[in-house]
Parts: sequence; C-alpha cells; structure tokens
Amino acid sequence: MAKAHVTTTVNGDTVEFLCDAEQTLLDVLRDELYLTGSKEGCASGDCGACSVIVDGRLVCACLMLGVEAEGLAIETIEGMADGDQLHPLQTKFLEHAALQCGVCTPGFLVAAKSLLERNPDPTEIEVRYWLAGNLCRCTGYDKIVRAVLDTAEEMRGG
Amino acid sequence: MAANSHGKTNGSTRWVGTRPVRPDGVDKVTGRARFGADVHLPNMLVGKVLRSPHAHARIRSIDTSAALALPGVKTVVTRDDFNDLPSEFVPAGEMLVNYRDVVRNVMAREKALFEGHPVAAVAAVSEKVAREALALIKVDYEVLPHVLDVVEAMAPDAPLLHEDMITAGVDPAPTTPSNVAKVVEFKIGDVEAGFAEADIVIEREFSTQPVHQGYIEPHSCIANYSEDGQAELWCTTQGHFVVRGHCAKLLGMDVSKLRVTASEIGGGFGGKTVVYLEPVALMLSRKSGQPVKMTMTREEVFQASGPAAGTRVWAKVGMTNEGRITAGEAVLKYQAGAFQGSPVQPGCMCAFAPYDLAHVKVVGYDVVVNRPKVAAYRAPGAPQSEFAVESIIDELAKRIGMDPVELRLKNAAKEGTKAAYGPTFGPVGLVETLEEAKAHDHYRAPLKPGQGRGVASGFWFNIGGETCATLNLGEDGTIALVAGTPDIGGSRASLCLQAAETLGVDVERIRPLIGDTSTLGYTFLTGGSRTAFASGMAVVEAARDMIRQLCERAAKIWDIPAEAVEWIDGEARPAGSNAGEFEPLSLADLARLAGKSGGPFVGRAQINAQGAGPSFGTHIVDVDVDRETGRVTIERYTVIQDAGKAVHPSYVEGQLQGGAVQGIGWALNEEYIYDDKGRLQNPGFLDYRIPVCSDVPMIDTVIVEVPNPTHPYGVRGVGETPIVPPMAAIANAVDSALGLRFTDLPMSPPRVLKALGDARVPEAA
Repeated sequence: MAKAHVTTTVNGDTVEFLCDAEQTLLDVLRDELYLTGSKEGCASGDCGACSVIVDGRLVCACLMLGVEAEGLAIETIEGMADGDQLHPLQTKFLEHAALQCGVCTPGFLVAAKSLLERNPDPTEIEVRYWLAGNLCRCTGYDKIVRAVLDTAEEMRGG
Repeated sequence: MAANSHGKTNGSTRWVGTRPVRPDGVDKVTGRARFGADVHLPNMLVGKVLRSPHAHARIRSIDTSAALALPGVKTVVTRDDFNDLPSEFVPAGEMLVNYRDVVRNVMAREKALFEGHPVAAVAAVSEKVAREALALIKVDYEVLPHVLDVVEAMAPDAPLLHEDMITAGVDPAPTTPSNVAKVVEFKIGDVEAGFAEADIVIEREFSTQPVHQGYIEPHSCIANYSEDGQAELWCTTQGHFVVRGHCAKLLGMDVSKLRVTASEIGGGFGGKTVVYLEPVALMLSRKSGQPVKMTMTREEVFQASGPAAGTRVWAKVGMTNEGRITAGEAVLKYQAGAFQGSPVQPGCMCAFAPYDLAHVKVVGYDVVVNRPKVAAYRAPGAPQSEFAVESIIDELAKRIGMDPVELRLKNAAKEGTKAAYGPTFGPVGLVETLEEAKAHDHYRAPLKPGQGRGVASGFWFNIGGETCATLNLGEDGTIALVAGTPDIGGSRASLCLQAAETLGVDVERIRPLIGDTSTLGYTFLTGGSRTAFASGMAVVEAARDMIRQLCERAAKIWDIPAEAVEWIDGEARPAGSNAGEFEPLSLADLARLAGKSGGPFVGRAQINAQGAGPSFGTHIVDVDVDRETGRVTIERYTVIQDAGKAVHPSYVEGQLQGGAVQGIGWALNEEYIYDDKGRLQNPGFLDYRIPVCSDVPMIDTVIVEVPNPTHPYGVRGVGETPIVPPMAAIANAVDSALGLRFTDLPMSPPRVLKALGDARVPEAA
C-alpha cells in the first residue's frame, strides 16, 4: 500500500512526511523525522515517555497514528527550550537533580509543562496525579515533584 | 614532600560534597541525549526475534525458507549460526555466567526453556517486513511439561530442564540429574547450641515473587559488522567491556576487532549486565553485510529479560528474653530461571549480615525453572533473604515488647564483627543509621488510628574491581575525563567532582566522557554499587598521575628537583623557601607551555579497586491499610543510609529514594502472573504495575557518613542497599497496623483482603 502524505506542524515548523498506515506518531517522530527526544518505553500508553502536546492536548505519541497528525500542531521536547534559553522546568529539573538515567525526563517535562499551562499553582497531590501517567523507575518521583512545584512557584512570582 | 603523595584529602573538601548541575544534564532535559534506540545508521536493517510461544518444548526443526524468500528480508539466523560453547564460568556483574548457557539463552538450541526464548531472528529493510518474515518461519515444537515454582521444580518427578544437570556442592555427587544446579552453605559456630541458649525461637516460611527491574528504556543495539571481520556495536548496557567479551566469545572474534560503545542508558538496575540482542544483531550484520538495529518491545523485555529471583525462604531466629539474638538459621530456595545462576549465594551471605552473631547457618539452593533467566537486580539476592530475617526480628521485638530499633542496636554488626560469610567488618555504619532512626522526628511522630509503623535494616557488600580512567589535559588547561563505567544515575558528576578535588581545579573545567572499549583498558561494568567508588578511585589515581607530571614539568622549567615542587590549589609551587623563589605555575600555565616544555599531559590509572566498604541502611515507614479494598498506602517513608562520603549528595539521595520506591513496588504490587501453560499474562506496564507518582509520598533521606578508609574521600557504594529493607519494613508496618504478619509478597489488595477475611477482622475500621 502506498504511503500517506502528511503535512503537519512540529515545534512551529511546517513538516511533511510519508508514513505507513500503521506507523504511530511516535514512529514518525523518531524514525522519519529523527526527533528521538520522545522515547518509546512501552508502545501502549502506559509509561508516558513519548508524551507530546498535540493542539494543546497532552498525548502519548505511541497511541496516535502518524496519519492522524495531518493539519495538527505538535510540540515535542525538542521545542521546549526557547533558542538557547532553557524552559524554567528544564532548569529546575537540573537544579533539583530530578533525573537519574534521564530516559523518562523528556516525557515528564512535556507533561509537567502541560500541567502548568492549565494550573499554574498545583498542589503536591495535583502534581502527583497529573504525572501518574509518566513512569520513572530511578528517582522515586520525590525530586521530580519538588522540581515541578518549585518551577510553578518561580513562574508565578516571575 | 613527594609530588605523587599530593592530592590527598585532609578531611575538608572543596568540591566533594557539593551539588553542581550534572555535566550531562542539559542533553537529558532537551532530548539531545542519545539512548540505545536513538541512533540510525545509513543502509541500516531492522532485526526482530522470533520467540518460543511455549514454556518448555523440544525444537525438532526450524524452516526459514519462506521467510528468506520474502522480498526485503536480507538474512535469518537460528541456532545453526552459533557455535556451541563448553561449560565455563566467568564473572559478569555480581554473578557468574556459563557460556554454554549464554549461547543457549541468546538463541535456543535443543529446547525452548521459557515463553519468549529466542528461536530465530531476521534482518529486513523495515520493521514491517521483519515482522511479516517472523510469521513465515516454521518451527516444529514438541511441547513438554513445564515447571514454574521453585519447590515443585525440586521434586523428584519434576520436568527436567537440563537432562544432564547434576547438583554441585553435594557430597557425594548425586547420580541422577535434577533441576537443582547447586547447593551452597555458610556457617559460623553451632546453631543447635545457639538455639539452646534462646528463650524464644521463631521460625517461618516466606515467599517472594520474581520482579522485573523495570527500566523504562527497552534493550536496544545497532551492530555494524564489516567484511574485514571487524565490527562496531552501539548498545544500551551497564558494561560495554563485558558485552564485548560475551559477543566476541559467541561470534568467535578477537576482542580487539569489536569496538563497543555504550549509549546513554535508560535504567538498568542490574538488568543490563548481560547480553540478549547484541550477539544476534552482530550475527545478522555479519551475514547481511549491513548495519542491523534491534530493539525489544516492552512485552519482550518482560518475557525474556531477567527478573529478580522468586524465592521460598525458611528462616529461624533465637533470642533471649533480654533481646540478645543467640542463633540464626535459614534455607533459601531461589529460582534461577531457565539457566543456573540465581543470586542465592549473596542471598545466603547477606541474610544475617546486619547482626553480630556467634551461630549462623544458611543453606541455599539454585534451582532452574521454565522462566526467563534471572539477572541482577539491585543487591541481587539480598532483598529476599533479608525480608525473611528482618520480619522475624520485628516479630521477636514485638514478642518481648522491645523497641525494634533498640533490639537491632543491641545486636548490630559493627567494626570488628565477624560476618557469617567470612570477613571481619572494618568501619561500618549500621549503628549510626539506627541511632539516626531513633532520633528522627519520623520515628516519634504520632500515628493516626489504623496506621502502622515498621522498621527494617539492610546490608549490601558493594564491590570494586578492574577499572581504568584517563584525564587528557587540553591546551587551555581544561580537562577531558574518560571513564569506562556507563553512567546510569549521575556518576559522571561524581567522577568530575573527585577529579576536581584532587587536582584543585574548578569542576566546570572538567568534561566527562564514557569511552568506548578501544579508548580505555578493560573496565568492569557499572554494578555492585562500584562506580563512584572504583571509577572514583581510578580518577583520583589518574589525577595524581597528572599532578606528578605537572610537578616534574614545573621543576624542569624552574630547573629544580621534582621533589622541591608541590601541587596546591591547582598550581605548582616551590615547596618552601629552600626550593627557590618562583611564581606558581597553574594548570592553565603548564597546559599552555606543554608543547615547548616537553609534550602533552595525560593522567592515567589502571587499577583493581579493593576495599569497597559495605553499606548499611535503616528504613522507617508508616502505612495505612484500607480495610475495604485491601490497599496498603505508604503514608510516610524515611531512608537512612551510610554513604561513607556523599560525593554529590543529590544523587546519593536519589539512589536512596529510587531504591526505596522500587522496594515499595516489590512489597505491594509487582509480580508475574502465568497461565497454566506457563505463558506470562501481564507483560506490560498496565498489568505489571510499578509504582507511579501518585502511589508514593516524598521519600525523606538521611545520609550517614562513616568514611570508607580505602577510598581517598571515604566513598562507599550506595546504589543497592536501599532496595533491601523496604519489603520487611512495610510488612512490619502492616503487622503493626493490622496485627497480621504477611510472609508472602506482594502484599497486594487481593492478598490483604483475603488475609483480613481469614483473620475475621471486622470490615469497618
């Protein structure tokens, strides 16, 4: 079967790609566009390592087909920093040592950004439930939650 | 003062103990860091593995012709492509492996021994074609009875996995084969005499389920085998030198012809110390003449990569009414999976290690079952045996009404204690962690009605081993640090801090790199909590080597003896007024003058690190049990552990927190569920549920520092001990809450509900 031609926006740039009908958005990002910052941990929507924002909505890129991206705006971890300026979440994750191996980190950052856009003043419980779709096996979540709460406070005060 | 004696710590440190941003941090928050699956090569093929659908089956024949005929399929490999290897034990991580078994684990030969056992692999132009090809491979299986349970596998009429396996460690040797690979025994004193001194003796049976390390990054690699017999391998691993050795052995290559580069590693916890895909990818690349990339799905990770051993443990402890432990005895039966080599030996050695006991006897059985071969998982073997002993210790304390921390203090191992497994401890920090626990606000905080508090201690040896490091001084005075231990949780930060401390330069001037297998001498893997300790020692040695060269160079420039130069605060100075009056030469000065004064500076070290200090920890946990659902909620958790010296305290805390939460998963939820055909029913993160963010509270940490005298800055490994205490601490807390002693893990809602029903506890709390 011929591949589908898809036009979409990734991190603000218009992007065209060809993909098989069964390729997920994650497959396309990683293997066609070489945006490997989104990770595949499970391919079943359970680990959140492939978290991206599609038209303002937080989704697992492994649960969406590449052809469904037609005409949508996709934000990935590669677009999170503004030029050479890290997003405050990125800075706080570094300051709080909120990562060990770092493979889940892009997904957590994208998910946390999505949370703070909706709720600039989350409680610890709200952070924990919002991030419950992102698995981390290294940190025990403590420093991740602290980094998100600290970022929220800084962004509110800033 | 001799130049080469410089760089020693005098107790106060400028860099060690600080918390700079890690050198690899920005790459990891921007998505730039390259993990195993993040690399694509030109002309690359995709490799996929065909796996056995049966838990135990003889492989009569494999027909790959239809797969090979599919357009886009470049090659297929099966057992016929790998030479059989003789039985030979070699170290890998904290375990020994046998190449006869490694080659069979990588690709089944006579039999498939677990569901998911590789039977064939294909390389094709795309993943889609590779998957289609797998479906065209015809395997003729003779399905055999299987066995999953360790006790059933030990029965005389159990299905035999290996028809030639004769139990080792038994005298006289058995004349008939069995599934028991090995029996080990450790003892000190006379346990019968010890139990005779006791006023109270408690014995119980415990069971733990296999649990997966649960790293978020699946196994992945790219092999690129050239027509001249050389190959490059990129893979996610805890030890690329170990991967090189295993692959070269299985492929019949010289190790010098195989260059292995460790990618960034997305978690390992012991599970990435062995090879699965790597030899297969190399073989596919050799046969196809193209690079081959292979990545496991999550389902494959669960089906076919190593869990921690499921166990049955019987333990017995005797104590006087005054709280003196008189004897300890245990029998450990550990699942090895399909091939021998469970961590039952370290399990035996650790069981009673936290206590100063005159009489101990521990017997361990290494038993094969039709499950994936176990792999190391954080303190391999110790959590299971210490769960049993720490549960009984708690019960003994409750029996005589003594505070459980007090009881442990009364019997704690300390410097000079002769451990049952042989050595006499040097300075160790168990007493210090117990004192911290007693003094901690958590330990005295009031509990809400229905809640319970539990305490447990834990022990792990830690290891050293073969380690190389290089420091290359750049012409501007900055330094490239090359280490050979993959950085799994921030170790590059720790190594840079130790180098900066020794050299007396700003840590920002040191950039670390994990070198490939051709850039450094043999370096054992990241495991055994050895990296901050052993690579740390190597880095300090390399820094001292560079300081010696720098002092010699300054002496040459000043035309004074090398002994008359000392290295202080990052610069060469004349040692006292007798040496002469010279302006100090900084690292940057000497780097700039290098070419004109005698050539470049490279600090090197190749060591076999000895004297890894064991690490003890004590955990305090409060639980709340929902009597309607059976759910156990962790309300508060505190980890107290001896780090010797915390080089980067944030990453030490991270190890303590992460280990504790893995232990919480082990205690409360994680288990493999098989159907009656031996097929795994929950090979995914939805049904094999590891703790998520909303399951746990903040994890408080207290770092105790009892310096390890063999490390220049006192470092002990810290990564593994934190997974040892949680299971018993939580079981002890649940017992405090409910008056019910759980001896079988996990304490999942169905089991808790059942126990509540069995105990006829009223439903309303």
